[in-house]
Amino acid sequence: MEAKTGEGGVVITKLDDLLNWARLTSLFPMGFGLACCAIEMMGAYASGYDMDRFGIIPRASPRQSDVMIVAGTVTFKMADRIRRLYEQMPEPRYVISMGSCSNCGGPYWEHGYHVVKGVDRIIPVDVYVPGCPPRPEALIGGFLQLQEIIRKETIRAPRAVQEIMAKRAQQGQPVADADKAPAAIHHS
Amino acid sequence: MSSTLYKNYLLQSEPNKFSLDNLKDGEMIVNMGPQHPSTHGVLRLEVVTDGEIVTDVAPHIGYLHRCFEKHAEHMAYNQTIPYVDRMDYLAAMNSEHVWCMGVEKLLGTTNQIPKRVEYIRVLVTELNRIASHFVAIGTYGIDIGAFTPFLWMLRDREHIQRLLEWVSGARMLYNYIWVGGLYYDLPIGFEKRCQEFIDYLQPKLDEIDTVLLENKIFIDRTANVGILPMDVAINYGCSGPMLRGSGLKYDLRRVDGYSVYPELEFDIPTGTGLVGSVGDCWDRNYVRALECRESVKIIQQCLDRLQGDYKRTPDFDPQAACPKKLRTTGTQELYFRAETPRGELGYFFRTTDRSDVPFRCKGRSPCFSNLSVLHEIAKGCMVADLIAIVGSVDIVLGELDR
Repeated sequence: MEAKTGEGGVVITKLDDLLNWARLTSLFPMGFGLACCAIEMMGAYASGYDMDRFGIIPRASPRQSDVMIVAGTVTFKMADRIRRLYEQMPEPRYVISMGSCSNCGGPYWEHGYHVVKGVDRIIPVDVYVPGCPPRPEALIGGFLQLQEIIRKETIRAPRAVQEIMAKRAQQGQPVADADKAPAAIHHS
Repeated sequence: MSSTLYKNYLLQSEPNKFSLDNLKDGEMIVNMGPQHPSTHGVLRLEVVTDGEIVTDVAPHIGYLHRCFEKHAEHMAYNQTIPYVDRMDYLAAMNSEHVWCMGVEKLLGTTNQIPKRVEYIRVLVTELNRIASHFVAIGTYGIDIGAFTPFLWMLRDREHIQRLLEWVSGARMLYNYIWVGGLYYDLPIGFEKRCQEFIDYLQPKLDEIDTVLLENKIFIDRTANVGILPMDVAINYGCSGPMLRGSGLKYDLRRVDGYSVYPELEFDIPTGTGLVGSVGDCWDRNYVRALECRESVKIIQQCLDRLQGDYKRTPDFDPQAACPKKLRTTGTQELYFRAETPRGELGYFFRTTDRSDVPFRCKGRSPCFSNLSVLHEIAKGCMVADLIAIVGSVDIVLGELDR
């Protein structure tokens, strides 16, 4: 870098790239665990796997965090709370669903009368991490996947606008040209 | 916040035990959890405070109710083992051990288990007990404000997890102990690697004492806080380090003497009020730290015997005593209990006919009884001390809500 720019050099980049770079290298997840997966999440934060090196530092409050890791079984009693916590988070916000339970109900699919069969029935999920529980490496892999998603974003069409436009297009309403999102943003 | 807004806010959340109308002058209701870093999961506490002093507290549970009993009543005994793992996820081996011993007693095959299998079971169980206590003490440090012990203890716990992963194939939830035997024999070379780990662990246990338990700030925060008298502990059915911290020498490994524990030598540490009074938060954590040392002793003896009397033989089949068809006969009622890191974990079975599914199964969770004593010991303490008390109970919500 030094050789390229010299002392006091100038880096020219797109605003999108700068913002995305800032966002994806300082993802603050909400320190919030539900069940068994939370222990593996703790293991990923701790010295063995050390997620701090990716700029991933848990925050205690939803208002300070960018990512929500749903680590564990979501029950009906907890579902309302998770929805409320998600709404307390500022935009842009992302959700990582960690473990089989929050992906689809997992082992509690058949007889779990008190288990929500997938957290995506309550809040939109960006990345699914499979496993019961996923290893810390898998969670780190999920974060890297999320970083790739953020890398493709653009401020011309933020996700919230995009979702509204998608809904309008579904209902057959006209979509404004300026708000049309480039194809690369869609990340499912 | 205006009074009506506050009232509406309370009403839209889950039902409360305390009503705003009954509050005395100056009191208010504070909601703690279920999303709170120091409630160790999804526990919700409803706290009535007068300024900074807690006048009453009610725990609300059920945020992690995963229908364990329903699963146990719909699946065969050996199919339930993974669900038993997920109950107490910090000590999965211990939960499996209790479940399998209970089912073996139901089938009447307790005496047919080979000695080598029993020793391997005790070995992995005690390894897991150390791992569980490490998480308990480490996260308690975070609650109190010490972050370093957490990092150090999870570093050492990682070694245990790797050992157990080598044994069973899973890091946390093992499904290793089967009814009547084990999934697989120990891997070749495990004894040596485990011995190396034990030698590595001894100085680390001294490190815990120096960095956390003898720390001045830690003692100030925990000594003489949340004192649980022995009679209250007994009346509420507390068990495990909670009861032993109050000074009673009661360990089911000695009292019931299940598995091969009568053949092993170990002490039962109790709280003595070394820095405060008997039964305070410091004592409970000190008992946990001492239990790690006792577990190391047990592991050492198991390793010696697994390399001596009950040596690995080429024709040894750990699944030999596993029943091919798991059927109980007749109407039976059985309650089996054993000691997990958190206390007395018990399973009640009722069978009605020849079937591989119990008619009724109930889990007796140690955390539930341990937590129920909270309002007795937390009354009159400061809000910051409430965090210290909840942390010292060492709850695992998966087991508490089942």
